[in-house]
Amino acid sequence: MLRDEDRIFTNLYGYQSFGLEAARKRGDWDGTKEMLEKGVDWIVSEMKESGLRGRGGAGFPTGLKWSFMPKETDGRPSYLVVNADEGEPGTCKDREIMRHDPHKLIEGCLIAGFAMNAVAAYIYIRGEFYREAEALQTAIDEAYDAGLIGRNACGSGYDFDVYVHRGMGAYICGEETALIESLEGKKGQPRLKPPFPANVGVWGCPTTVNNVESIAVAPTILRRGSGWFAGIGRPNNTGTKLFCISGHVNNPCNVEEEMGIPLKELLEKHAGGVRGGWDNLLAVIPGGSSVPVLPKSICDTVLMDFDSLKEVQSGLGTAAVIVMDKSTDIVKAIARLSKFYKHESCGQCTPCREGTGWMWRVMERLVVGEAEKQEIDMLLEVSKQIEGHTICALGDAAAWPVQGLIRHFRPEIERRIEANTGSRAA
Amino acid sequence: MPTLTVDGKEVTVEPGATVLQACEEAGAEIPRFCYHERLSIAGNCRMCLVEMEKAPKPVASCAMPAGDGMVIHTNTETVKKAREGVMEFLLINHPLDCPICDQGGECDLQDQAMAYGRGSSRFDENKRAVEEKYMGPLVKTVMTRCIHCMRCVRFSSEIAGVDDMGAVGRGEDTEITTYLEKAIASELSGNVIDLCPVGALTSKPYAFTARSWELRKTETVDVHDAVGSNIRVDTRGREVMRVLPRLNEDVNEEWLSDKGRFSYDGLKRQRLDRPYVRTNGKLAPATWDEAFAAIAGKLAGLDGSKIGAIAGDLACTESMKAAKDLMTALGSTNMDCRQDGAALDPSCRASYLFNTTIAGIEEADACLLIGTNPRHEAALINARLRKRWLAGGFPIASVGPDADLTYKVDHLGDGTETLSQLASGHHPFIETLKNAERPMLIVGQGALARTDGAAVLAAARKIAEDTGMIADGWNGFNVLHTAAARVGGLDIGFVPGEGGKGTNAILEGAAGGGIDVVWLLGADEIDTGRLGDAFVIYLGSHGDAGAHRADVILPGAAYTEKNATWVNTEGRVQMGYRAAFPPGDAREDWTIVRALSAAVGHTLPYDSLPQLRAAMAQDAAHLADADVIATGNWGTFGLSGDMAAEPFVSPVSDYYMTNPICRASATMAQCSAEIGDHSEKATGTDG
Repeated sequence: MLRDEDRIFTNLYGYQSFGLEAARKRGDWDGTKEMLEKGVDWIVSEMKESGLRGRGGAGFPTGLKWSFMPKETDGRPSYLVVNADEGEPGTCKDREIMRHDPHKLIEGCLIAGFAMNAVAAYIYIRGEFYREAEALQTAIDEAYDAGLIGRNACGSGYDFDVYVHRGMGAYICGEETALIESLEGKKGQPRLKPPFPANVGVWGCPTTVNNVESIAVAPTILRRGSGWFAGIGRPNNTGTKLFCISGHVNNPCNVEEEMGIPLKELLEKHAGGVRGGWDNLLAVIPGGSSVPVLPKSICDTVLMDFDSLKEVQSGLGTAAVIVMDKSTDIVKAIARLSKFYKHESCGQCTPCREGTGWMWRVMERLVVGEAEKQEIDMLLEVSKQIEGHTICALGDAAAWPVQGLIRHFRPEIERRIEANTGSRAA
Repeated sequence: MPTLTVDGKEVTVEPGATVLQACEEAGAEIPRFCYHERLSIAGNCRMCLVEMEKAPKPVASCAMPAGDGMVIHTNTETVKKAREGVMEFLLINHPLDCPICDQGGECDLQDQAMAYGRGSSRFDENKRAVEEKYMGPLVKTVMTRCIHCMRCVRFSSEIAGVDDMGAVGRGEDTEITTYLEKAIASELSGNVIDLCPVGALTSKPYAFTARSWELRKTETVDVHDAVGSNIRVDTRGREVMRVLPRLNEDVNEEWLSDKGRFSYDGLKRQRLDRPYVRTNGKLAPATWDEAFAAIAGKLAGLDGSKIGAIAGDLACTESMKAAKDLMTALGSTNMDCRQDGAALDPSCRASYLFNTTIAGIEEADACLLIGTNPRHEAALINARLRKRWLAGGFPIASVGPDADLTYKVDHLGDGTETLSQLASGHHPFIETLKNAERPMLIVGQGALARTDGAAVLAAARKIAEDTGMIADGWNGFNVLHTAAARVGGLDIGFVPGEGGKGTNAILEGAAGGGIDVVWLLGADEIDTGRLGDAFVIYLGSHGDAGAHRADVILPGAAYTEKNATWVNTEGRVQMGYRAAFPPGDAREDWTIVRALSAAVGHTLPYDSLPQLRAAMAQDAAHLADADVIATGNWGTFGLSGDMAAEPFVSPVSDYYMTNPICRASATMAQCSAEIGDHSEKATGTDG
């Protein structure tokens, strides 16, 4: 369990002000200039050594990502884009950072921007986060007024601007290239890769898109040292992480914890345990709506980090833990997710556009058992036809919940079909 | 030059090529819907997925740049399954109404479903249905069939340069639309029909009239403008059912303007299908013999100098050659192929050609437009200019009409005042042209068909010479014609001979004395009110202005009904072929002239088309070489002098109504009413 002194987000619950003065008391903006003076190479190598993996879901090493940015400019400016379009159902961590601890993010923007020689950062914030955008903008204004960002940021001689751009609430705009399109004023549809944003990003310029949490933890990592961060958690899954626990627990909450904490411990220590006790647990979606569901048998022992969850054919995703007890209609729950993905598919590429609607319709029939048993295999196959065949990862995200359901709850689906066929026969 | 392995075969491709192109190079067929080599890469249909070693997932070959050492497999089980999967997805919401679909028989979806799909669908839900969208009189929509490849959207915004089409909604509710459901305001809109890989966008005029396999296909050229677009005319029996573009990289690439594509219904209306002779003030049907006799009677004893001939915009070179020879035999030098009176100089070929060539536009790096609206006068040349402009580093300025050409044009002025400044080197844009390596200018007929046309031509020549447009291996001086007949007529010398009269003089003579007989070779765009009391012989295909005024009508063949030669604005000699026979008693034009020559006692010395063409080649040797451009030598042309103050006006005021065929076309009339620029509202008497 994470010790209190190892917490990065010390105002996660908003007990203190989000303003600059309070943030400084919590240690933000302390020695920022000195960190910048240590240079780009030092920052990038510290980030690499900390083992920080992107907190947006894919878990790509953050330091490595920063190092992809061109060292020498070819005349085009570079940009940092912060993905604050937190749309993954179940996830509510970036929102807390932005409304309660925005200076961590802004300081992180400056450091990350400096490390990739960017001229500005664009924070693309989800449209529904109205108050969060206000708080963030207030914090940015404070930082400008205090000379922390803007011209000669922190007295370092480096000019850096931070802009907030509000989205309009489309899930797909959380995909990095769709976000870039949207930021450019176009319809939010993912781009083809290659070229990757590090070569051709916003307005055709080199761009790195990072999650809010990844950026917000960077200043603390640099202040306390990569060794400190790497010492928390497990190898290749280091550091602390914000977990968003929702669903059938006694105390749904956001909590910062050590990577690799056992799921059971996480739920019982912080969320007051599963409603009706651990044995009342049916299943957990461990990383936001897009990762496959886990049945209780796996939840008993699984550790909450990228590699452990991958081993059990799920994923850490955004670490949004959705807990479902035995009162849950699991088929209906997953059918609801299928509806979500059908609704949020951008419609650009064939498998996702056509497949998400197909899956949802079959899922709706499975909820009431109005299907043939062989349709379960057909559904699985359709999901495999979508997975890996699309431009962006939304196709995978739509396929995985269905695959997880079939993998672990096939008997339940079959039972409903049998019950329905029986009632029809009668 | 990356070298990669495709299905065990090594291929080397150009840098920047895609994996799909490499696969094609290696002989592996890759199915695709959204990919089109002339459009930007969308990568959205996912039909072209291939397996690439070291890649975790199948890759979209159309969007993946070919890299050195890549190992690609196109015939593995994974690829087969991926294609089947995508195909199944495309078909689940496709109505599969092939029996009632006009695309049937030439449908990419149909063909690829046969080749790459499963035998049957497992989709048991309701299919999506999409409401019809209105896209104007040319494009018929059945949007339920749409597979969202976005080719039409990309074409509109990239090639046509209008943002009239787009996709609204998302996911499976995505719909292609013209937003406000109005007609696509582009002269190239018909191309989306060719691009659509399914039957979502089909031709409205052609709808349900024929099946592709019933049609006889004739490859020929378009005459509705001076571009000389290569076309394929599809006929069933004697009827032209549709017109499609044919690939010619140097001319029209694979596009066709709407006028060339859709005016074919004009070939069936207002046709002159028998000779007429005016008796007692009224045109009465006659036999060929009676018509010839009426002409012979009028010409008998008439001095040659009292006869004039004017050729129209659609005339073929053969008919003009025969007419010229007959006029010469009659002792007349009064003839002109420039019915608009443009001050073109027939003695210097480079002075009336589009010397840069259409494909050459892509090498130019600055452009000046003088008195032209290329979008309306030659839509496909305009598309080339846009293509070049999109590539960047191509400043374009214009003197003349200030029109939306679909690219950014610096409008310098309306007329001769600005042109004088440019010619004298006092205008800042001259520096842009001088600094360019390969500058070009385009002079339109709107600048030349004026009383001061020769002075304008001289000013344009001076600008060209002063800014280095005339150099080794580069000629940036271009005349943009609007008439398919013009260059051919100038080439064979259908112009006033010694002491002869040109168009204006003939018309003046007809009105005021001196000209007693005027022979109109399909000339309908002259002011027939100026013909006075002259005896008018009209040889042409349509009952238009000329025939209306005629005393004798000789029914000729339209461009789809004769084997004939046209020379496009670049000077490219192209052969047209007969796709159908002329209606009724109408005949191929040159044979009429040949028969008339015998009737008036001056039998022309050729009895067959090859003999006539040999005679043509005597006048202009290059006419014997089809599909090539004979360049002209530079010379001194134009007359320096005062220029009138009136602004330049494009000769094309209504794109859809420029010649007898489109004026007879109901489709073009509808387009003109819906898309054309009409400030006046229709009255109760309009239809």
